[in-house]
Amino acid sequence: MSLLEIRNLKKYFPVGGGLFSRRKGEVKAVDGVSLTIQEGETLGLVGESGCGKSTLGRSILRLVEPTAGEVFFQGKNVLNLAPRELRDMRREMQIIFQDPYASLNPRMRVGDIVGEGLEIHKLAAGKKKRDRVMELLGQVGLREEHYDRYPHEFSGGQRQRIGIARALAVNPKFIVADEPVSSLDVSIQAQIINLLQELQEKMHLTYFFISHDLRVVEHISHRVAIMYLGKIVEIAPSDKIYQEAKHPYTRALLSAVPIPDPERKKERIVLQGDVPSPVRPPPGCSFHPRCRYREDVCDKVEPGLEFADGHGAACHVFGPGKRA
Amino acid sequence: MAELIRVKDLRTSFFTPEGEVKAVDGVSFEIDEGKTLGLVGESGCGKSVTALSILRLVPSPPGRIVGGEILYRGEKPRGGLAPLRGRDLLKLDGESMRKIRGNEISMIFQEPMTSLNPVFTVGNQIGEAIHLHQGLGRRETREKTIEMLKLVKIADPESRVDDYPHQLSGGMRQRVMIAMALSCNPSLLIADEPTTALDVTIQAQIMELMQELQEQLGMSLLLITHDLGVVAEQADEVAIMYAGKMVERAPTKQIFSRPLHPYTVGLLNSLPGARGHKKRRLDAIPGVVPSPLELPGGCRFRDRCPKAAAMCAEAEPELVEKETGHAVACYFPG
Repeated sequence: MSLLEIRNLKKYFPVGGGLFSRRKGEVKAVDGVSLTIQEGETLGLVGESGCGKSTLGRSILRLVEPTAGEVFFQGKNVLNLAPRELRDMRREMQIIFQDPYASLNPRMRVGDIVGEGLEIHKLAAGKKKRDRVMELLGQVGLREEHYDRYPHEFSGGQRQRIGIARALAVNPKFIVADEPVSSLDVSIQAQIINLLQELQEKMHLTYFFISHDLRVVEHISHRVAIMYLGKIVEIAPSDKIYQEAKHPYTRALLSAVPIPDPERKKERIVLQGDVPSPVRPPPGCSFHPRCRYREDVCDKVEPGLEFADGHGAACHVFGPGKRA
Repeated sequence: MAELIRVKDLRTSFFTPEGEVKAVDGVSFEIDEGKTLGLVGESGCGKSVTALSILRLVPSPPGRIVGGEILYRGEKPRGGLAPLRGRDLLKLDGESMRKIRGNEISMIFQEPMTSLNPVFTVGNQIGEAIHLHQGLGRRETREKTIEMLKLVKIADPESRVDDYPHQLSGGMRQRVMIAMALSCNPSLLIADEPTTALDVTIQAQIMELMQELQEQLGMSLLLITHDLGVVAEQADEVAIMYAGKMVERAPTKQIFSRPLHPYTVGLLNSLPGARGHKKRRLDAIPGVVPSPLELPGGCRFRDRCPKAAAMCAEAEPELVEKETGHAVACYFPG
């Protein structure tokens, strides 16, 4: 059963349009995304900076208000909930942020940071809260004496553990992990990835794992979605996407990742140019100006995400039922 | 192959109120002409300070180069300096050092957003070095600048030369940085995490460009990075640093096929998908890098090392050559 279903979600940010100026347009950060996430699954979301992946993650939790679309969590549309209902719903859905330096209040003690959710949702107070926080600290590999310390006393990896403990405090089912290991060194990154996987097994969590690092996503995800300029261009089980990528953007992205193995020389597809501005995305397929396989139809008609065998791709040339 | 630069027992410290931080603590290496050395390590291991020390750009105070030699053998026909064999950069006066910086040895920094001056056009900034070091007039400087922008494959260089940094994308800014660094045809280019701030597809463009330019211009490259994938593709030789020390140095193929230091092994194993293992737990290195103020006695890695034994606490292992060109600082290598 799917735990989360996103239908045609859109988030447009206005550009210009200050107090005295005319609105100049919109950034289509998320532009018609539909996804489902199964219970216990990790769905990885990969894309380059500015493609809208963080906005998508935050829209699901309504940390930014989506412009249009529907988000069903356990059958309920999150976007229609009243503030009180939304707050209850957030007990089930939590987020871990990228920057462990900016996402912890420097003036709060670790115990209060981790325990805040327990108080807000009236789950525990006083001694019970303290015991629960101690238990959480243990689960994420911190020690009890860390309870009364402040965030600045911790290293990046430890702060990320605090962020994870905070997310777990209210016993959520679903966690949006927004680049949780990107700011960490490799050796620490591996510790945090292992921790996230252990916790998933133990607590039957569902992850929406956002990252620009394809190697990390491949390792942790069951399925992977690739995002380009506000749209999902390909989605498939992770072994499939790495071996049978269909969309030319996915293939270029995969080939661009440097492989730590000097013996393996591979052909690299170097994309020309930069990602176009999301204010004026190109007509038709938004990838067509950088695509070397483009055909006449590509700058006229926008390809839809079409599926075959659980592998979806939005491409006129290589999509399902097109060319093999 | 002729050796271009030899760094011998370099020591750079920062003197803080809490005490002396030995950011670089006895690092030695050589780079041959036209070759690339990849300097790899995690944040705070001293790799950037090593680079800044070569150019004598360590902020002082609190930093100071407290020991070592940097023998530089490159010389350009018009450097204004007598062609000496092995000038020690640490003994040069300010004036001579200025003639080397940006001219014979130049550097690309990690952040293309913050290392360009926002109030000058990119043409202005590239032209500055050309004007200073090559003594060209205004017209010729502009022509040379446009030529440099062409070299780094910026489309429409004639109009881009008058753009300000904010008008360029991240990848283009890094190209401008490269154009600036290469404008005086240096013998050694130091690139400090040149692609870290960029997206993978842009990173691929920049890496390809740097490889092409290196072949074309025949310069040597000191490539500083934390990304083992980048060194695997770019470097001829790799040096691994940990807590201010070099722990292993080898030709690139060897470091990946036969890593000898437990830290190198740990780094390689903690990469997801690096060695064909999937869906298994990653072999993370336990613990964290020790604080530079409270380094453990003996080997600095021993607290996190699976092979640590009593002797590791007694004395610090020296970097010793185990096989030709493959040196490691460990009592139990392999």
